[in-house]
Amino acid sequence: MQTESQTESLEKEIQAAEHPRELAVDVMAAIQARDGYLSDAGVAEAAGLLGMSPVEIEELATFYTFIYREPVGRYVIHICDSVVCWMEGAETIGEHLMKALGIRMGETTPDGLFTLLPVCCIGYCDRAPAILINKKAYGPLTIGELDRIIDGLRNSDDANEAAAEAANPKKQVLKR
Amino acid sequence: MYPQVLLQNRKPDRIATLAEYQRSGGYEGLSRVLEAQAPTEVRQVLLDAILLGRGGAAFPAGVKMMTVAEDAPFPRYLVCNADEMEPGTFKDRVLIHADPHQLIEGMALASYAVSAEHGIIFIRPEYEGAARILEREIGIAREAGFLGKNILGSGFSFELVVHRSGGRYICGEVTAQLNALEGRRPNPKQPPPYPTEKGLWQKPTVLQNVETLCCIPHILKNGAQWFKDLALTESGAGTKVFGISGKVNRPGCYELPMGVRLSEIIEEYAGGMKNGAAFKACLPGGASTSYLTQEHYHIEMDFEALKKVGNRLGTGAIMVFDQHTCMVAATLNLIEFFARESCGWCTPCREGIPYIRDILWRIETGEGEASDIPALRKICKYLWHAYCAFAPGAVAPVEGLLTYFEDEMTAHINQKKCPFKGS
Ligand SMILES: Cc1cc2nc3c(=O)[nH]c(=O)nc-3n(C[C@H](O)[C@H](O)[C@H](O)COP(=O)(O)O)c2cc1C
Ligand code: SF4
Ligand code: FES
Repeated sequence: MQTESQTESLEKEIQAAEHPRELAVDVMAAIQARDGYLSDAGVAEAAGLLGMSPVEIEELATFYTFIYREPVGRYVIHICDSVVCWMEGAETIGEHLMKALGIRMGETTPDGLFTLLPVCCIGYCDRAPAILINKKAYGPLTIGELDRIIDGLRNSDDANEAAAEAANPKKQVLKR
Repeated sequence: MYPQVLLQNRKPDRIATLAEYQRSGGYEGLSRVLEAQAPTEVRQVLLDAILLGRGGAAFPAGVKMMTVAEDAPFPRYLVCNADEMEPGTFKDRVLIHADPHQLIEGMALASYAVSAEHGIIFIRPEYEGAARILEREIGIAREAGFLGKNILGSGFSFELVVHRSGGRYICGEVTAQLNALEGRRPNPKQPPPYPTEKGLWQKPTVLQNVETLCCIPHILKNGAQWFKDLALTESGAGTKVFGISGKVNRPGCYELPMGVRLSEIIEEYAGGMKNGAAFKACLPGGASTSYLTQEHYHIEMDFEALKKVGNRLGTGAIMVFDQHTCMVAATLNLIEFFARESCGWCTPCREGIPYIRDILWRIETGEGEASDIPALRKICKYLWHAYCAFAPGAVAPVEGLLTYFEDEMTAHINQKKCPFKGS
């Protein structure tokens, strides 16, 4: 997770940059890492930092797959549905995850832990079927393995922290 | 076993260190070139080596570098395209994870060839691991004097940074990538001006694929003739890192001579077809190439040979389909990818691809009609008039389907269902 000092160091980088807008994706990603997603306020903040208009940030934010304009869970699971993974059973992987987590594609579990999203080929076709959890690739997956991975994440410290946060949203772990 | 060049230092579980890269002759080319060769000579060697771009378009790297005018303004930029979002393609990831200094040296040499002092590696977000490796190893190379100011005391300076993408396939296209790098919406821009004249921030910019750049240190160390002799075919040059996936026993990356036969890649290297599977078709070079079928099983895999059969070697990403795979469904999946990833800038692509998807969907679900086949043929032609190469790439598998698997389409239409699905 991004801390305040990391956004500060980004501010320094922006000041030093000849063309600040080249850092647009980095800035959106940093705000997203701090806040969990890129909110409307985050868009405005990015625009201010970069000297761009909010709509210029918006057209980038909505263009890129890995910038989330809606709140997402602590673990964002991207399921590859491109041709090699499709051939190797991506549909089964997706269906199993939806059942195991009790959500549909595009949704987040009520405890704020998991979000399921489809994604195009992630460049791990040699390990199909493959998925990405917070940008880390897993594959080739079997149902058993998938269950082990999900259980592992559920029982991690990070997950407990997120659950506490979800139960008591006022107690923000992250500072703005 | 064929000679291993680009993957000679590959290890199962970790990158090759700087010391290991140097032990295999790494950075020798750079030292020698900076000491004794002028940039024009470097460009000439790459031209003579017939180094064709490995990112899909097969454009000669030497020719591209020659188009940077002698009196072109500064600063000039060198961009490494590590976007690699074409379905089926994962070779650049493997190259970076195997031997990052090979790419760094290749970029230092390419930048010297065009007098670029700024280098940028544009990398997809899914490759965060590779991005971190590169940042770390760039630091190590700088400390060793291979990057930064006054490299090896030659007076030549080159700074290299990593740029993380937010993730969209179109960012792999040259002009879209330049927009992305400038923090603009990554729509393509039609030349002229060409990026080598007015690219990033309106300055001369040379953009090359990871694998293309990785070839450069070896060519400069061993010569153009050596590189050409690596290929099995007269028309080819060098080795190719083939990435093979799908219904084979050992999916992965294999570095083989340009011109090696498809059957040999599948049987000798990829461990043959999976248990019980029989080869039906493959895409030879990523999602934007057409199908190869049984009749092409022994084809020599190089740019020329594939052009002769109306196909493309593309990125050399081979995706193998077996007898149980429905080619209508496979093509539908591919076109879903293109529909999702279209940048939306021009109408033929933005509207045409979903139209193709809908027709393929109807055929696959048993609602197709005989007239759908000529309709598809017609729409495919329109897509060649789109603004960038994305749309012609998107229709390549659809045209392959129409050419080689019309009988499968007709079977769907006649039986009013997918013949591959249990009844
Ligand atoms: C839609 C589209 C996506 C592309 N994606 C990539 C890519 O991810 N990586 C790449 O090297 N080239 C990609 N290309 C090809 C580039 O436009 C360009 O030809 C290439 O990067 C130039 O480098 P090379 O000559 O060394 O191959 C893509 C082209 C198109 C039309
Ligand atoms: S062909 Fe597609 S990707 Fe290319 S400019 Fe048109 S809409 Fe964008
Ligand atoms: S098709 Fe799923 S990783 Fe490439």
